[in-house]
Amino acid sequence: MKETILEQEILLLKGLARNDKKSTEEIYKQNYNLIQALVVNNNGTADDARDIFQESMVVLFEKARSGTFELNCQIRTYLYSVARRLWLKRLHQQNRFTEEWNDAGNMIRVDDDMDTHEQKDQEYDLMHHSIQHLGEPCKSLLEAFYFQKKSMQDIADAFGYTNSENAKTQKYKCLMRLKKLFFSRYNKK
Amino acid sequence: MNEQENILLTEAIERYISGEMSPDERLHFENLRKENSEVDQMVVAHTLFMQKMNRYNEWQKFHVSLNEIHDNLATQGKIDSPSLKGKAKLVYLFNKYKRVGSIAASIAGLTALLTSAILWSVTPKTPTAQWQDLNRSINTLTNKTRQQAEEINNLKNNHSSSMRPPEITYSSGGTGFIIDNKGLLVTNAHVIQNARSIAVANAAGVEYFAEVVYTDPVRDIALVKITDKDFKTLPPIPYGFTRKMADLAEPVFTLGYPREDIVYNQGYLSSKTGYNGDTLSCQIEIAANRGNSGSPILDNNGDVIGILNGRQKDQEGVAFFIRSRNLYNILSEIKDKEKADTSIQNVRLNTRSTLTNLSRQQQAKKIQDYVFMVKVS
Repeated sequence: MKETILEQEILLLKGLARNDKKSTEEIYKQNYNLIQALVVNNNGTADDARDIFQESMVVLFEKARSGTFELNCQIRTYLYSVARRLWLKRLHQQNRFTEEWNDAGNMIRVDDDMDTHEQKDQEYDLMHHSIQHLGEPCKSLLEAFYFQKKSMQDIADAFGYTNSENAKTQKYKCLMRLKKLFFSRYNKK
Repeated sequence: MNEQENILLTEAIERYISGEMSPDERLHFENLRKENSEVDQMVVAHTLFMQKMNRYNEWQKFHVSLNEIHDNLATQGKIDSPSLKGKAKLVYLFNKYKRVGSIAASIAGLTALLTSAILWSVTPKTPTAQWQDLNRSINTLTNKTRQQAEEINNLKNNHSSSMRPPEITYSSGGTGFIIDNKGLLVTNAHVIQNARSIAVANAAGVEYFAEVVYTDPVRDIALVKITDKDFKTLPPIPYGFTRKMADLAEPVFTLGYPREDIVYNQGYLSSKTGYNGDTLSCQIEIAANRGNSGSPILDNNGDVIGILNGRQKDQEGVAFFIRSRNLYNILSEIKDKEKADTSIQNVRLNTRSTLTNLSRQQQAKKIQDYVFMVKVS
């Protein structure tokens, strides 16, 4: 019996790593209420719970994607431990009191994962900030090429460049600007 | 010139990373990396940056799918989350009609201005003092109706209180407070007796329809459920309910509606028994007025120790409350009954106050959203 649960969970994680909607939904369904109870019972709202749960899902997602993840505990336990850390941190940041801590779930140590996540999260915010400050058409141009994986020719047509070479030059300039924006703040940290 | 090279190199690096190069090209490129440390450095730096960009993209997509999943599961009721549909729809509609709306509003505004300008120019200039007189007469009129209504109320109250021991004045149409955040309130049975319809209003003045789901005239406790569909489940209840008996001289406080606005009062426990030695209730020294019936009585920790239900007429400041223990008993009695409403059967009183170390101002602030005015007609 225990074997099959483990196998199921490994399948779920593999699906999660592919951003497969069904697996993600399954994990979501199985664990959301637990995390919501944790947050809501400890001075949080349903919206807080949604945030915290989704951030924990991102941590799990990264972990699953990294390929080095060995399942040494249930997904539930992992998510709970991560969510607990995230919520404690958020409470601390908002100076809300936490002296009466109601919790019931099993926990494991997730210190290392939290540290890497924190760094990745900062990078994410920084990237978001940089891209938002890039301005048009750079933002759309880079997004079309790097995120939507459109060909240079399509991009040239869509943005109205006379040929794909011009679009390429523009893309390069935009990328350099993005890098400059990103690293100007990145190195300060 | 240099830029052109860089563009080519960047393109090559990107193809190298994504594995689009043919084996020959790849070999050639790797040799170039070995020979030229500057190129090598660029490859490393660019790879890193691409990784960060990719992760950004992946996370963004992941966030989008998480939000979709959340909304789906919430609407299907598979997770216990307040569904955001109403709000999201509102935002959508707002965005859709904002232009039309603003044009319509400005036209309406212009028309109103025009009309008032025309009216103003046409109407004979009357001295403003007359207006004031008129106002006052309307005021006195409303005052009179209010007085009449109060007199009628008083008559009613006198009638109902005549059945009770004459020394106690029970106020009617009072206060209630939340015992389950899905919208269950407790108040006094005498507040809602002979009620045809009931509404409750929160501290902000928003009214909700409600109905009586349980009354116990002996213990003088009634449970009222908010049936209004506009009512949204509240955040978890900050105060706890304690079975414990408070000590003599213990400070207590209450929030209630002796008038249209919520009113705070404090006092102390003056006797462990109630009126005429009643053991169900306790006596407190507090300024209680009509409308305070059904208010929560809380101790310093933010635990509800009872429900205010009356005062002694011939003594100033003497009031009584029903101990929380009775509420526990009632809920467990309901649980044993088979026919009772499941929404009450499943209620579990919060035992842990989250107000323990807060100042009184903060406590009152957090509690006031959970204390409602009960309006009876």
